Amino acid sequence: MNKKQAFLNGLRDGIPIGLGYYAVAFSLGIIARKAGLNAVEGFFNSVLSRASAGEYAGLTMILTHATFIETFLVSFITNARYMLMTTALSQRFSPETSVLKRIAVAFCMTDEIFGATIARPGYVIPQYTYGLTAIAAPLWGLGTASGIIAGGIMPARAVSALSVALYGMFIAIIIPPARRERPVLICVIVSFLLSYLCSESCVIPIPYVSNISTGTRTIILTVLISAAAALIAPCEDKNDTDGGSGSDAVKPDGTEVRA
Amino acid sequence: MNKYLYMITVIITIALIRILPVTLIRKKIDNKFIRSFLYYVPYVTLAVMTFPAIMEATSSPLAGAIALVCGIVAAWLGLGLFPVSVICCLVVFVLEIFL
Repeated sequence: MNKKQAFLNGLRDGIPIGLGYYAVAFSLGIIARKAGLNAVEGFFNSVLSRASAGEYAGLTMILTHATFIETFLVSFITNARYMLMTTALSQRFSPETSVLKRIAVAFCMTDEIFGATIARPGYVIPQYTYGLTAIAAPLWGLGTASGIIAGGIMPARAVSALSVALYGMFIAIIIPPARRERPVLICVIVSFLLSYLCSESCVIPIPYVSNISTGTRTIILTVLISAAAALIAPCEDKNDTDGGSGSDAVKPDGTEVRA
Repeated sequence: MNKYLYMITVIITIALIRILPVTLIRKKIDNKFIRSFLYYVPYVTLAVMTFPAIMEATSSPLAGAIALVCGIVAAWLGLGLFPVSVICCLVVFVLEIFL
C-alpha cells in the first residue's frame, strides 16, 4: 500500500483512539495536578510517556517522594507488558524495514495502537502507526492538560461514563479475533476469569494474590495464560504474518479484519 | 528528587522498554512455542486489563459490568472501535442515573 494512504488511514483510525485517550487522560490530569504539574508539563509528560497505568504510577511516586530505584522498578513493572508487545511486533516487520523505523514504530506502541497495528494483515506498515500516533498522542497530552486545568469542574457522572471509553476499545480489539478463532475466545474467557479471581474486586479476595498491583498482575497472568495457550493450541504459521514475499499478500486495506 | 527527575526517569524507562525488543530481536523467531506465545500475548493482556478494571472505573460496578456485556455484544456483531466505545460510555451514563 501507498505510504501516504497508510498514514491517512492511521490518522482516521487514530481518531476514536484519541477521543478515548482524551477522556481517560482527563482523569490522569486530575492526579497530575495533585503531583504539582502544570498544564504544559502535564502535556509533555503525557505525550512522551503515553502509558496510562505507567504514568499514574510515576505521579504516585512524586506524591509519595519515592526513591530513584523505586521509581525505576515501578515504571518497569507497570510497563513491562510493552516489552511483550514490541517483542511480538518485532516478528511482524518486513525484513526491509530499517532499524530506525523499527525503533520509531516501537516507540509509538500503546495498548490500543499496538492492537490497531497488529489487527492489519501482513507486515507492519510504519506510516500507518505514525498516523495513529500523530493524532492519538497529542489528544492524550491535551486530555491531561485539560484535566489539570479543569480539575474537578466536570460532573462526576460524566467522568465515570468517559472512563469506560478505553475499555470499550479493548473490547473492540479482542472480540473480533475471539469470534473467528476458538483458542483466542477461550484465552479471553480464561483471562477475564483469572483476572477477576486475582483482583480485589473478587467476592472472596485471595490473600496475598489480591494485594498484587494491577501492573504486576497483568504481566504474570499474560505470561501464564499465553504460555498455556501456546502449549495447548500452538498456532499454525498462517495466523501470524504472511511470511514469504510479503507485499503481494498485503490486503488492500485490512478493513475486513477490523470489521 | 524534584518532579522533573521523576518524570525523566519514568519517560526513559518506558522508552527503553518499548525499544529494546525490536533492536535486539531482528530475525524471525522459528520456535513454534514462542511464536504461538507471542500470538496470544496481545489478546490476553488486553483481556486481563479490561476485566475487572472496567467495574472499578465506574462509580457503580454494576454499570461497568453491563457496559462490558453491551460492548462484547456490539463488537461481536461487527461494530468497530469507536462505536463500541461510545456504546459503553452511553450505557454507563444512562445506568448511573438510576444506580
